[in-house]
Amino acid sequence: MKTLSREDVARKVASALPAGAVVNLGIGMPTLVSRYVAAQQDVVLQSENGILNFEGLPDGQEPDYDCIDASKRPIAVREGGAYIDVMTSFGLMRGGHLDVAVLGAFEVSAVGDLANWWTGDPQDVPGIGGAMDLACGAKAIWAMMEHTTKDGRPKIVESCAYPLTAARVITRIFTDLATIDITPAGLHVREKVEWISSEELQARTAAPLTF
Amino acid sequence: MIDKQVADCRAAIDGLSSGHTIMVSGFGGAGMPRGLVAAVLELAPKDLTVISNNAGFTTGDISDWLSAGLVRKMICSYPRSSKTFVKLYREGRLELELNPQGTLVERMRAAGVGLGGILNPVSAGTLLGKGKPVHTIDGKDYVLETPLKADFAILRAKRADRMGNLTYNKAARNFGPVMAMAATTVVAEVDEVVENGGIDPEVVVTPGVVVDRVVVGGHA
Repeated sequence: MKTLSREDVARKVASALPAGAVVNLGIGMPTLVSRYVAAQQDVVLQSENGILNFEGLPDGQEPDYDCIDASKRPIAVREGGAYIDVMTSFGLMRGGHLDVAVLGAFEVSAVGDLANWWTGDPQDVPGIGGAMDLACGAKAIWAMMEHTTKDGRPKIVESCAYPLTAARVITRIFTDLATIDITPAGLHVREKVEWISSEELQARTAAPLTF
Repeated sequence: MIDKQVADCRAAIDGLSSGHTIMVSGFGGAGMPRGLVAAVLELAPKDLTVISNNAGFTTGDISDWLSAGLVRKMICSYPRSSKTFVKLYREGRLELELNPQGTLVERMRAAGVGLGGILNPVSAGTLLGKGKPVHTIDGKDYVLETPLKADFAILRAKRADRMGNLTYNKAARNFGPVMAMAATTVVAEVDEVVENGGIDPEVVVTPGVVVDRVVVGGHA
């Protein structure tokens, strides 16, 4: 099945960010979003390593590897930006100063549980980074991921098999097939790609959807 | 007159011994004190406990210490990007204490500012909080985290004065300020050392009173 590219999903996330919001983009796919946030959105992006108000590195601009995002890619700080240390940076997260955090995910459950740091396999090296801090403190937490794994297993599930990053925190999921809200009544599809039917989307999702 | 500049990276880590705990600043390559990392590799103390956000990446960082068998235990948040770490971990040759990044930071801060621990909501109810005391305050669960201190901290800054006051370059600041508070001996590798007065007191990020030695390093 044809899916949206990572860049297309990043564009969708970027355009959904509310004006004036302070936003953190997690490691992996979410960091791509910075390229598509328009200056006129007045969104302030935070990078966990200590940068406020940045944008994707414009084409042709010389990279500075002391100025990188959570995925270690060079970025550009906007006028009005700030460098902070990690005490302040993680304080902003736990302290409730972020409006939105966008995080990658292995699994998201129907009630918004997030698993994104370890498969639980002893041969798999765990890596939590800033994910738990973000999932604990941001006012809204969105997941951004492929709808299914490479071998076709649903990543949206009734309950997570992997160890949790945080329970009941995700309120919206952006995938390469759909955008889904997690509401008290369950998973509600806000938008889906036009080439997939509701039945086909449900078949790729291991928890009930409403449309 | 106080002058904290030392001649070279080897002199800067004088006193580092086998069995020590050492903090290393940096997030990715930004803030990684590469000259000091190389000096430690050459000195080759064994049985180190290393506190750093990552466990290195390729070479010229903590990965080299892992390859050389200098490290017994890593305390970090995101070791997955280091192929050397992954290999040794799978072979059971390295101990790992995984902390959420903000928890790692606050545990160091607690040690640096004289607190006996912190109450942190992060990791409550998860595998990473398992076995730690939980306190409920106003209906919310907080995990008790203990302070994290070290014998040495090695940092990368941009500029120092003779007193050891530091400024940083962009996001290379990351873990420098907190590690500088939490270690017995604090060493900063810098691009340049200026005379006192060469750094405006208004822009000092890490105060020299917590910095023991500064050394001019190579460029990253």
